Amino acid sequence: MSEQFVDREIPIQSSSEPSSLRLIATLGIAGLLAGIVLVGAYVFTLPIIERNKEEALQEAIYHVLPGCSKYEALFLKDGQLVKPEKNTEAGSQHSVKRIFLGYNEKGAVVGFAIPASGPGFQDLIKLIYGFGPKADVIIGFEVLESKETPGLGDKIVKDQHFIGNFSALSVEPSLEGTPKGSKTKPNQIETITGATISSKAVIKALQVSLGEWRPAIQQYIEKNTLSN
Amino acid sequence: MGELFWIFISALLINNFTLSYFLGICPFLGVSNKLDTAFRMGLAIIFVQLITAVCAWALNTYILIYAPYLRLISFIIVIASTVQFVEMVIKKLSPELFRALGIYLPLITTNCAILGLALFQTNKGYGLVEGLVYALGAGGGITLALVIMAGIREETRILDIPKLLHGTALNLIIAGILSMAFMGFAGLFSAN
Amino acid sequence: MNTINQSNRTYTEFVKGLWKENPVFVAVLGMCPVLAVTNSAINGLAMGLATTFVLVGSSFLVSMVRHWIPKQVRITTFIVIIATFVSTVDMALEALVPKIHKELGAFIALIVVNCIIMGRQEAFAAKNTVKLSIADALGMSVGFIFALVTLGGLREILGSGSFFGFLLFGDHFEPWIIMILPPGGFFVLGFLLLFFNWLKKNRDERLKKQTAVLSKTMQGA
Repeated sequence: MSEQFVDREIPIQSSSEPSSLRLIATLGIAGLLAGIVLVGAYVFTLPIIERNKEEALQEAIYHVLPGCSKYEALFLKDGQLVKPEKNTEAGSQHSVKRIFLGYNEKGAVVGFAIPASGPGFQDLIKLIYGFGPKADVIIGFEVLESKETPGLGDKIVKDQHFIGNFSALSVEPSLEGTPKGSKTKPNQIETITGATISSKAVIKALQVSLGEWRPAIQQYIEKNTLSN
Repeated sequence: MGELFWIFISALLINNFTLSYFLGICPFLGVSNKLDTAFRMGLAIIFVQLITAVCAWALNTYILIYAPYLRLISFIIVIASTVQFVEMVIKKLSPELFRALGIYLPLITTNCAILGLALFQTNKGYGLVEGLVYALGAGGGITLALVIMAGIREETRILDIPKLLHGTALNLIIAGILSMAFMGFAGLFSAN
Repeated sequence: MNTINQSNRTYTEFVKGLWKENPVFVAVLGMCPVLAVTNSAINGLAMGLATTFVLVGSSFLVSMVRHWIPKQVRITTFIVIIATFVSTVDMALEALVPKIHKELGAFIALIVVNCIIMGRQEAFAAKNTVKLSIADALGMSVGFIFALVTLGGLREILGSGSFFGFLLFGDHFEPWIIMILPPGGFFVLGFLLLFFNWLKKNRDERLKKQTAVLSKTMQGA
């Protein structure tokens, strides 16, 4: 009864071989139409996506550099920090690492916002921190992305006590983890009970990133004698 | 070297493709009832993963920086055609190897583990060497999961298990226990 | 007569995906997204809606052009169509709801290899009219969403003590964290399938009893 509504495939298709020209034409048309749709969707969504990303980045930078209201990107080139050249597209390439120099409303330097990452308990932890070059202190910290265990390791994202560690943390001589409530020196970070490994992973990522950027930052400051 | 090792271990054990990302679940639940089959399937997956890593790297470096919107389509088509091409080459050069792995290749090419590898590799920004190591770890991880699962399932056949539990339900619960066991690898190489 | 039959048929094709041929609970297809993104009800729903768009769109297009596609390049053309829809959804989600897009990550792009979608094109849309194909795709999609939200909801309630983000229990509730981690996905789906097996067994036994009773009374009469 219901059979009559199922239309059978056209007999020509199953009985005789279609020419290869027809096969290529079919695929070509399908590919062409797909391409048009994709380019259309891409052109339409790209500005929105870029704006979202820019907003998220700006929010993160303002968060780790308290008082910051303006920032510019800097790149590492031959061991030195350089401003992006206006006419090159270097800024849009993902392979180039960049950090951000933040200014306050009066135009004075607040500090550098530096993205960093390191292996955590599960997967890479991506974070961004604010670094005040003059006093050599970390002034802000935020986890951007982590897959740490919910309820345990992911406390590095939300635990206020842990994040409070990074409001004026000395980086001299090096960062040190210590159990909660036992902080005695300005370079010590109180780790989270029950998330020691994740806390230490954060500290290690920060230490590695500092080692990478600090010399260049110091050089940059000497050269430009930034008023801080 | 240290970083490459971490990429490998992370993909093999800590973030096992099958047991913690659920990629390649179909062969995991479908093929894994015999140890020998599972092992060969695993080898074929490693093989395809390595090809995928090279394809994804080449596409990312030379084509997709100009046309990122073609990523998905080009990954699928290029990976599928390359695997088919390599399959033909193997058939010519080493019929023995083809007999061992060949029948699995068409099954694997459209597997989510393959496309997943290409996408993750892109998201993580891996280069050629890192990509290959990642592919080796990921493929090895799937093989490990398949082989362990097959071993357990061969045992369950001679056990007295309630009839209600037979089939996918039992396999999923075994997989859950395995996945829990693999969680123990977390933190293996992080700071301490 | 014809119209009644046709609307009946459309209805049947729609309904079968909901329960009788549910792509997840009965056919056990598309396991990868089912397990990977269902750590909360909202993620499950988002994934379900994205899949719906791709499935219904592809089924519509495939059934429209089914007469013009030569058999030899059928699969390739289907893949191109599906991949285009998926790429579009991926970009649209990233632009409109960046938070959810970040949570689901690469699994949106992986919709393209979801066997449910290719399966429906091959088994149904390539052979049936546009109307029936859309009914079939919608049915399967609703069944898929139902499965994803059930799984995501259960895992969220057990693992975070909330449902669609609303806290259900007081402070004394200690969340069963393993349920929103990967093993929880395997466990919850495993036990759900077990539960359905049990339901089915009960129903079969009841049916058997009924027929037995029926045949007895028939004999008595």
